[in-house]
Amino acid sequence: MLSIKDLHARVEETTILKGLNLEIKPGEVHAIMGPNGAGKSTLGYVLSGRDGYEVESGSVEMDGKDLLDMEVEERAQAGLFLAFQYPVEIPGVSNMEFMKESVNALREARGEKALSSAEFLKKAKEACKQVELPLDFLKRGVNEGFSGGEKKRNEIMQLIMLEPKIAILDESDSGLDVDALQVVAKGVNSQRDGKRSFIVVTHYQRLLDYIQPDYVHILSKGKIVKSGGPELAKEVEASGYAWLAEAEAEGADA
Amino acid sequence: MSEQIDQALARKYDAGFVSEIESETFPIGLDEDVIARLSAIKGEPEWMLEWRLKAYRTWLKMEEPDWAHVDYPKVDYQSISYYSAPKSMKDKPKSLDEVDPELLRTYEKLGIPLHEQEMLAGVAVDAVFDSVSVVTTFREKLEEAGVIFCPISEALHKYPDLVKKYLGTVVPRGDNFFAALNSAVFTDGSFVYIPKGVRCPMELSTYFRINEQNTGQFERTLIVAEEGSHVSYLEGCTAPQRDENQLHAAVVELVALDDAEIKYSTVQNWYPGDENGKGGIYNFVTKRGLCEKNAKISWTQVETGSAVTWKYPSCILKGDNSVGEFYSVALTRGRQQADTGTKMIHLGKNTKSTIISKGISAGRSNNAYRGLVRMGPGAEGARNFTECDSLLIGDQCGAHTFPYIESSNPTAIVEHEATTSKVSDDQLFLCRQRGLDPEKAVSMIVNGFCKEVFRELPMEFAVEAGKLLEISLEGSVG
Repeated sequence: MLSIKDLHARVEETTILKGLNLEIKPGEVHAIMGPNGAGKSTLGYVLSGRDGYEVESGSVEMDGKDLLDMEVEERAQAGLFLAFQYPVEIPGVSNMEFMKESVNALREARGEKALSSAEFLKKAKEACKQVELPLDFLKRGVNEGFSGGEKKRNEIMQLIMLEPKIAILDESDSGLDVDALQVVAKGVNSQRDGKRSFIVVTHYQRLLDYIQPDYVHILSKGKIVKSGGPELAKEVEASGYAWLAEAEAEGADA
Repeated sequence: MSEQIDQALARKYDAGFVSEIESETFPIGLDEDVIARLSAIKGEPEWMLEWRLKAYRTWLKMEEPDWAHVDYPKVDYQSISYYSAPKSMKDKPKSLDEVDPELLRTYEKLGIPLHEQEMLAGVAVDAVFDSVSVVTTFREKLEEAGVIFCPISEALHKYPDLVKKYLGTVVPRGDNFFAALNSAVFTDGSFVYIPKGVRCPMELSTYFRINEQNTGQFERTLIVAEEGSHVSYLEGCTAPQRDENQLHAAVVELVALDDAEIKYSTVQNWYPGDENGKGGIYNFVTKRGLCEKNAKISWTQVETGSAVTWKYPSCILKGDNSVGEFYSVALTRGRQQADTGTKMIHLGKNTKSTIISKGISAGRSNNAYRGLVRMGPGAEGARNFTECDSLLIGDQCGAHTFPYIESSNPTAIVEHEATTSKVSDDQLFLCRQRGLDPEKAVSMIVNGFCKEVFRELPMEFAVEAGKLLEISLEGSVG
């Protein structure tokens, strides 16, 4: 479904990703962990095509198509979703209008008819319920005056509405208390249907207690330095990321 | 992102076509003879000619204002023709069937069908083409309600006393340079009279079209709402795409007597010039309304066109408890320049005014809000609230705010809020990541920014204004 090969990418003059490889099959959940500055968020931005994130070399294919050749919105239309770490406000544009435009843009790209207002509303109400957001959130401006936790839940609401093929969650756990974390995780888990894939980017193991990953990868200095199953996350939890420096030192010796 | 914005600002102006219509156009130039000829063609009463000549003589002594935050080559007032009318209008057509089909096609192309059965139900239209009114629809229906809605040239014949009583009472002949010029040479425009206690049964609207080359359009609109009456009026404007600048110097006067209410909405889409600033309309307009006791005047404007805009729809809140409102969206792009805002002059007790101004600048344009709130000595307990927001698209445009507040009454309260923001890369990226193309994204963000103003427009026009904004923004991001 998603195949990342030897990806090098930079922001301005600084190369952040330095030869990243990752294979994701349909239905798999991959957790990307790593210390601050490892390139976790950069990966999400590079995959979604954000301006200013320049690919130097390597390739990314999604369903056999060259992802890097597509515009930001084309990637979204192809089924790639990014849940933002810091969702931005769009004053005066209601969540409802925003989601309606968005849902219908994706439908149009797939050659499907736009949803009627009634169909849309039904779907939106269900999505709100899943992440325990009151319905009046649909009428409020996108992220306007939302608390940190509300913003994160709103991102998951959008994920539910947009039904992507692959969703990248960029630190969807940061700043959440345990209750909110569970709501977010529940929302995400409801979307695991054996076909949809996930990249769960997180600094802490905590989120992975609630969203069970199939694979855990440790990202350090722009590369995946270790991959394993869920037990790898526990290891990180127990010993932190300090061992990375040691491993690196050893690597340098050898 | 800024380079994408740059290359994109070359957008099409849909109303930029020229109609092939035989016209009778005065040679260029302005003197007392021209004014006399103009007045004669219109068959005006003697006092009107005198009025015009007085205005002209005042104008000759005046200086063109240069305090606005705009920069344009001086207008040569002797190189403009002051009258142009389709020849077919000479023998006044009695009904639509007699109107030159090419004229009707022009309006159809602009989306304003003049056949009543095809029109938006409930909107009466006066169509002004260059210097004359082509047709006014739904007149009979309005007459039943006692409402007068006709070209001002016609009102001078049919209702001379009414016109004489109110013309120049709100915007005097010598009010300012452009108003004086307009008073001397105004050609047509609409006259509206709503009798006492009548609620106008439909929206009234005037559609202005400049077609002929080297002509100026100087329309004059006068709306009188008698005690306790109510009217909602909308004007729209377009012009062909030409390399030369053309002058539009209009005057609009509103009179709201005790307990009356006038809602005046403008969707202005004059040709803005090309991306290098060549051509476009100079829109130098004086609009002012007078409120008597408990009266209310509400100006709503959506300004997307014109090369240079100089316009301050204002309210004189003379009567106690009267209310003035100004809701404005001004969008500039390319090399457009706008200096627009309002004046709220509080004279009466407990008068209230609200100003909501939304300026959007893109490309290399400059957009200035200039507003005056004056609390006179008698404005006991008066209140004003001003909110003035600017939105920047790209990094080569400018937004400016010039608020003037003068208070001579200690009990009056004036509030002013202002913000400046940018359509941020973050917002654009969020929208695009959710599958929207950049143009849709920008137009959605801008529409959200303007929401408070669009809410004030009559329903049909709110949709139109949203669309116009979308078209105007077309290509403002790549």
